[in-house]
Amino acid sequence: MSSSSHHSHQNAPLGARSATPARRQRGTKVRRQRVKAAWLFLAPMLIALTLVAGWPLLRTFFLSFTDASLSDLGAANLIGFENYLVYDNGRWFGVLADPVWWQSVWNTVYFSVVSVSLEVVFGVIVALILNAEFKGRVIVRAAVLIPWAIPTIVSAQMWAWMLNDQFGIINHLLMVVGIIDNPIAWTASATYSMWAVIMVDVWKTIPFVALLVLAALQMLPKDCYEAAEVDGIHPVRVFFKVTLPLITPALMVAVIFRLLDALRVFDVIYVLTSNSTSTMSMSVYARQQLVEFQDVGYGSAASTLLFLIIALATVAYLYIGRKQIQLGGD
Amino acid sequence: MNSRQFAKIAKRVGFWALIAVIMVYAVFPFYYAVITSVKPSSDLFRVELWPSTWNLDNYAQIFSQSSFVRAIFNSIIVAFSVVFIALLLGITASYALGRVRFRGRSTVLLVILGVSMFPQVAVLSGLFEVIRALNLYNNPAGLILSYTIFTLPFTVWVLTTFMKQLPMELEEAAIMDGATPWVTITKVFLPLMWPAMATTGLLAFIAAWNEFLFALTFTLTDTQRTVPVAIALLSGGSAYELPWGPIMAASVVVTVPLVILVIIFQRRIVSGLTAGAVKG
Repeated sequence: MSSSSHHSHQNAPLGARSATPARRQRGTKVRRQRVKAAWLFLAPMLIALTLVAGWPLLRTFFLSFTDASLSDLGAANLIGFENYLVYDNGRWFGVLADPVWWQSVWNTVYFSVVSVSLEVVFGVIVALILNAEFKGRVIVRAAVLIPWAIPTIVSAQMWAWMLNDQFGIINHLLMVVGIIDNPIAWTASATYSMWAVIMVDVWKTIPFVALLVLAALQMLPKDCYEAAEVDGIHPVRVFFKVTLPLITPALMVAVIFRLLDALRVFDVIYVLTSNSTSTMSMSVYARQQLVEFQDVGYGSAASTLLFLIIALATVAYLYIGRKQIQLGGD
Repeated sequence: MNSRQFAKIAKRVGFWALIAVIMVYAVFPFYYAVITSVKPSSDLFRVELWPSTWNLDNYAQIFSQSSFVRAIFNSIIVAFSVVFIALLLGITASYALGRVRFRGRSTVLLVILGVSMFPQVAVLSGLFEVIRALNLYNNPAGLILSYTIFTLPFTVWVLTTFMKQLPMELEEAAIMDGATPWVTITKVFLPLMWPAMATTGLLAFIAAWNEFLFALTFTLTDTQRTVPVAIALLSGGSAYELPWGPIMAASVVVTVPLVILVIIFQRRIVSGLTAGAVKG
């Protein structure tokens, strides 16, 4: 995506029109005026993003090397890498030596991989259904969108109530059917709480994946399906041989969006299981250090590590899927 | 009935059964929240699919709490301001990015994409400092400022893709007439961009309405909170006696506007979501 090639391409019609030198001069003047205006128009957005994203990010990096505390951010001393890792009196300290941090890293990765996989499988199924023509499709599509629109906090509360160990409808139904004998403490037990979190996240984000896949499905050429139907090829085979390869780019976009979202998960875990270590994500860990323990330096170190992990994942993805994302392509 | 007809009927039944499962799965949690919210507290712990008796006590209770009413008010102010700012800055930026070729354009796009992937918690301590320095801690205005971190990149991104799709001729005519870029935006593009702006505005509104982490961290007192935080912090004496009735009533109150928006504007929302992702 070299910008210079775009330049000449874009200018071709204008250049062809400017036959006389005077008109050509006017053309470049207009161009220069436009480029100047472009930067002027970008300025407010760039200033806003610097104020809320760029500068705070740099400060977080900086604070992670200090002993800053929330009550008095100004009185911070540089302490080097002590928040990350330090050897003192025969023991290791710092985020990287904290088993709870590594537990939260594992929780986050586990949560992300499992929930995104489930979302992709169910999202594709829902998209295939919505792509079929049937009466009431608009109603079904609106219904499918509802979980997406509900605030994460609200969905966490709604599911917390349905998953309530004593009075929840889910335990009730499972016991009526006979799958379990005793109620399960979904949100409190170390074994099930991660599954409760995954359940809520999957419910909430299937619509997003389904809609992206649906958009891709609707752009597929109809003729190869007609040909497959004439040849009597089984629909399942058609799906794996024709549809799946064609929607893979859209699916990859959905996966990366969802993965990046899942790696920074906070709301659903915080509301459903609060600060329990068996479900704690990296974001929950960092915020707990920052706000509840008031240890801004240590919390910033955790935040920085989270940022690095996500940046690494993004770079790896961009490197692998370079061909799929073409910035500025028309 | 031959086996072929049978297979056809079985397929239809299976198809509609699948649709029924999807419908129930998508809608049931919300439905269950609604029926829980209208149950009298004595019936709360009886599991049933249809309330045998019902009243609006839970709603009366949450609306009698001034902090909850205040939280709704704060949420409305914050969400509308965020949408306004995001659209204002987004439309000018997207004109620059979508219509003008200049050096550094792909870098700016890359930065915007990068910011939209930021984990919110990575800027938490730095942003806390900024908000305190501007004296906006425990103030909805601080939330309006901080929400631009996720609404602005997204708005710019989607508006840029829409901007690019508009025909070149429109602008060329304006340039020939000697119109300045600002006039071109307001007179030529703005009238055509309304649908795209409605879509992105809607998505920004939903994002701002639902945000939790910043709202939880940057506000302290009940009167300054937004609804998601107010709901998350609604609690009884201990973890074992949560006031489920009022919690469900509050949940329904904040969700109903969103559900109505989704049903009315589903086409727009779908096109906005897919433009943001697929074209990206």
